[in-house]
Amino acid sequence: MMIESLNYLPQPAASNASLAERFTDLAPAMTARQAAIESARCLYCYDAPCTRSCPAEIDIARFIRNIHDDNINGAAHSILKQNILGGSCARVCPTEILCEDACVRNHVEESQPVMIGLLQRHAIDNMAFAAHPFQRAAATGKTIAVVGAGPAGLSCAHRLAMLGNEVVVFESRERPGGLNEYGIAKYKLTDDFAQKEVAFLLEIGGINIQYGQTLGGDLRLTELHERFDSVFLGLGLGASRELGLTGEDAPGLLAAVDYIAALRQADDLTKLPLPARVIVIGAGNTAIDMAVQIARLGAEEVTLVYRRGVEAMAATSHEQKIAKANQVRLRAWAQPQQVLLDDAGRVRGMRFEKTLMTAGRLAGTGEVFEIAADAIFKAIGQSLDVASLSDPLAQSLQRDGNKIHVDAQFRTSLPGIYAGGDCVAPGQDLTVQAVQHGKLAALSIHGDLTAKTEAS
Amino acid sequence: MADLSIDFCGIKSPNPFWLASGPPTDKAYNVVRAFEARWGGVVWKTLGEDPAAVNVSSRYSAHYGKNREVLGFSNIELITDRSLETNLREITQIKKAWPDRALIVSLMLPCEEKLWRDLLLLVEATGADGIELNFGCPHGMPERGMGAAVGQVPEYVEMVTRWCKTHSTLPVIVKLTPNITDVRMPARAALSGGADAVSLINTINSITSLDLDRMVALPVVGNSGTHGGYCGPAVKPIALNMVAEIARDPHTAGLPISGIGGIGNWRDAAEFIALGAGSVQVCTAAMLHGFRIVEEMKDGLSRWMDGKGYKRISEFAGKATANTTDWKYLDMNYQVIAQINQDSCIRCGRCYVACEDTSHQSIAQLIDAAGTRRYQVIEDACVGCNLCEITCPVERCITMAVQDTGKAYMNWTQDPRNPQAGVR
Repeated sequence: MMIESLNYLPQPAASNASLAERFTDLAPAMTARQAAIESARCLYCYDAPCTRSCPAEIDIARFIRNIHDDNINGAAHSILKQNILGGSCARVCPTEILCEDACVRNHVEESQPVMIGLLQRHAIDNMAFAAHPFQRAAATGKTIAVVGAGPAGLSCAHRLAMLGNEVVVFESRERPGGLNEYGIAKYKLTDDFAQKEVAFLLEIGGINIQYGQTLGGDLRLTELHERFDSVFLGLGLGASRELGLTGEDAPGLLAAVDYIAALRQADDLTKLPLPARVIVIGAGNTAIDMAVQIARLGAEEVTLVYRRGVEAMAATSHEQKIAKANQVRLRAWAQPQQVLLDDAGRVRGMRFEKTLMTAGRLAGTGEVFEIAADAIFKAIGQSLDVASLSDPLAQSLQRDGNKIHVDAQFRTSLPGIYAGGDCVAPGQDLTVQAVQHGKLAALSIHGDLTAKTEAS
Repeated sequence: MADLSIDFCGIKSPNPFWLASGPPTDKAYNVVRAFEARWGGVVWKTLGEDPAAVNVSSRYSAHYGKNREVLGFSNIELITDRSLETNLREITQIKKAWPDRALIVSLMLPCEEKLWRDLLLLVEATGADGIELNFGCPHGMPERGMGAAVGQVPEYVEMVTRWCKTHSTLPVIVKLTPNITDVRMPARAALSGGADAVSLINTINSITSLDLDRMVALPVVGNSGTHGGYCGPAVKPIALNMVAEIARDPHTAGLPISGIGGIGNWRDAAEFIALGAGSVQVCTAAMLHGFRIVEEMKDGLSRWMDGKGYKRISEFAGKATANTTDWKYLDMNYQVIAQINQDSCIRCGRCYVACEDTSHQSIAQLIDAAGTRRYQVIEDACVGCNLCEITCPVERCITMAVQDTGKAYMNWTQDPRNPQAGVR
């Protein structure tokens, strides 16, 4: 990975054990008593606003009532039925802008929503099924290729398997889970949860994951299209956006997602390169995850720079609070102008230009300032890796901007090829939404194959 | 501040709050603590024949609410398990030390006049202010021909009450069991026997819950459970009705009533008094929270009385009795309609689903372009049942507005829709 380009930096001084303590659960699980008290607060709304705001359509009032009635397996089943990755979503969902924002107890007079995310985690963490809670339907004889073992692909594979199909999942990395394994802050998904969750998901049977298989590399869409009854593309967004500045490839400047992936995979945190002064460019949750994790690893000065105002940040207020609590400095209204390099050609800082809104457009003021830094991490967004769609068939896929075009049934422009998750046009790049896409695409794939079989 | 003192059939008490006969009044130690906490009186735990009763382990169980608050409480404890001599000695000492407090002694014996006469003489010698006849205990004792076994037979109630009035000069309060079809019958019998007052309700036959693993009712004794006596907040509505039934019965009108059943705060007490009770007795709330609760009860009642301009308990005692009537005398022309305050509505949809599924389909769910729900009463369909107001989690969001029908009072006996109207 590109993180090797930082190897000239020092390594953390603290021991691995003490570093690991800084990456324990940021929002620890509820105790059974807390869950009992909190679940009692749910009003069991009809046509509940929380459920309407859940991208995966989880029946929240029902699972919370089940928790309160001491029916944890019933609660877990109703969550997993809609969202097989309900455990990781309980940890990573921005509930403050979804279900908990919609909670009727979040009205002005009370301003205290039911802690739905933590209750969902309580149900999943404490479920105890004798066997996998979902059974497979009678075999259809169909085999579907799923590209990408991230949330969209896994969700799609699970639902397809449940419907009686065989599934082969092609994953370019060494482990399944996608962003849950490589992209989410370590303190949000602790104890190897992403792998445990995938292992649980695979218990349904009928899913074969092949690793090190990269679409556009050794894997070609043309072949998949020929070999399988249908193909689902859950590619994610593999490419990091560029700043478009000279020195972008200099040692000391790299994509936040690459560092986060290395941090997530590190067995020994003391072996990670640790810059003392850090600049993070961006305003989304990945920028916050990057800034907070490097601060926790021991960086002395972490500055998050955003070209617009705080109110325009994509990171939720909850995320911003986490950043503040970890002494991350936020610098708004400034855009990168120049990467500053030392004599060895390594990053020594960055020059920014102050910005303002003028006539509804963001513009530079001409006033500049510099921030010294030993490393700069860019978290200015991800995009579809065009290399993955390089073979002729893939190139013919209709696009919406730089994403894959799909219809309401997650069909691409090519018959038999479906797509979902972050790589398709509609969406907010949320894990829970990727899961929903995968689930709905599976239903669509299964329906289309069934219709075709019946017609022939 | 309002004067909370009462004179209940000759028994004087600085406030209307008495501890009911039960575990909290079993011995001097507890009663002293109660008086130190400023309870107005106690009804000493029921005395009986020697040798004393023997109790089992365990004894209590509960019916819980959503937050593990105790809604109902059940016990299988018998009458005092201490010797008669010990109890009488302590009663004598306590009454001497606390002369301003009411001290009533609860009694239970088999239906033999001599037994009653002998015990009454001993009790009268203690200086106690009155006696309460335990005709209500629903567990254990009825199997031995006592407690509710007496209270369920009006002839026995009258007979034993008469013995007590014959052999004692103390005021006699007859404690009634709710485990009966019509509570007015034993109340009338008590009055016929010369009772100075009745107290009610005693506990209700109950099984609060089961241990579904062991398949046994709680509280568990060995591998079995038995029915217990139910009390606590859950029984208050039943007790209020029974108090009202006796208070408005022409046969027993004016008979002093000591109200018992789920009283835990000043408001509960005020309700019992408003329906005709002259004193109130508390047990479960004290068992759950300790004797200190009487301070809040006294303070709350007194401040409420001040706010209403009531200077003495007697000024509002029984004030709601006259407004408690038979269904046939309700005004057929009265009409209320639900009103939803859209500003305080939190859009939980509870009123909607309740009305739609189980009532009169009188609430519309309106969905605007943004998907926001609005719940609106369909006034023509609303029968004014109160269900939506009850389901609403927000206080005063749904109110029942009285409609001006322009029609005069007309009850069912006068209603032309009644086939029996006007028929004598």
